[in-house]
Amino acid sequence: MEAVLFYALAAVTLISGVFVVFLRRPIHNVLFMILTMIGLACLFILLHAEFLAMVQIIVYAGAIMVLFLFVIMLLNLDEFVMPPEHRRVRYGIGIVLAMMLVVFLIPTSRSIISSPTAQVVATDSATLTNTEIIARELFTTYLLPFEIASILLLAAIVGTVIIGKRSTK
Amino acid sequence: MLDSYLPVLVILLVSIFIGSAIIVLSTILGKRFPTAIKLMPYECGMDPIGGARRRFSVKFFIIGMLFIVFDIELIFLFPWAKIYDKLMFFGFVEMLLFVVILLAGLIYVWKKGALQWE
Repeated sequence: MEAVLFYALAAVTLISGVFVVFLRRPIHNVLFMILTMIGLACLFILLHAEFLAMVQIIVYAGAIMVLFLFVIMLLNLDEFVMPPEHRRVRYGIGIVLAMMLVVFLIPTSRSIISSPTAQVVATDSATLTNTEIIARELFTTYLLPFEIASILLLAAIVGTVIIGKRSTK
Repeated sequence: MLDSYLPVLVILLVSIFIGSAIIVLSTILGKRFPTAIKLMPYECGMDPIGGARRRFSVKFFIIGMLFIVFDIELIFLFPWAKIYDKLMFFGFVEMLLFVVILLAGLIYVWKKGALQWE
């Protein structure tokens, strides 16, 4: 059952990811990116990481995509035509970079899966939900980074106002 | 564990069913007398002015960014609320500090008049 769900969701996520890259209209790309995010969220739920799933939907599919849409509407990309030349060079570079990513990702993911910390969390999750484990770590061990995050968000607010707002005299 | 998501699936299916039933039934049962005005693009009852593909004002950028920032603030409240009873007063102070720092941001935005549409 879980395997079937995983492959179905992975297929939806990957196919909409491909559409994100290959469709011509920027708005369609964004819509498929939202579908990719929702697929990822469902995969997180399948991994019993419901908090990450919620973050994925509320922050990524909700908030970040608003900004993507805004940038597309601000730039008005519909009038912009991709130059047809250098396509082969671009594909070549893309394939090489994708290969490099895979080469880096495989050893990293392997070391994470076999690392002892993964097992510790796994035994914990028998009694606690994923959200509780994240909360406990965030509000005790990583208390300072959490408070610094608020400073970071404050900086984002100030930066937004300074960039976006015309100064009143 | 996945069984607990069964209600989500049910509500998803029900909403898909109701949504498509409304469209399908009104397509089948409804009578249509199309006129030129009825076939025009509908925009809040006003006659459309120009195309939809125009540059958007940068004012939307401020609203969008502020939405993201306070959205992220909100997402931190969820795990906090989950273990609030275990953190006791310590957790309350912790979150108070976090919210007050962002409140300072909100007051700054307000005082700067960035919430005004001008």
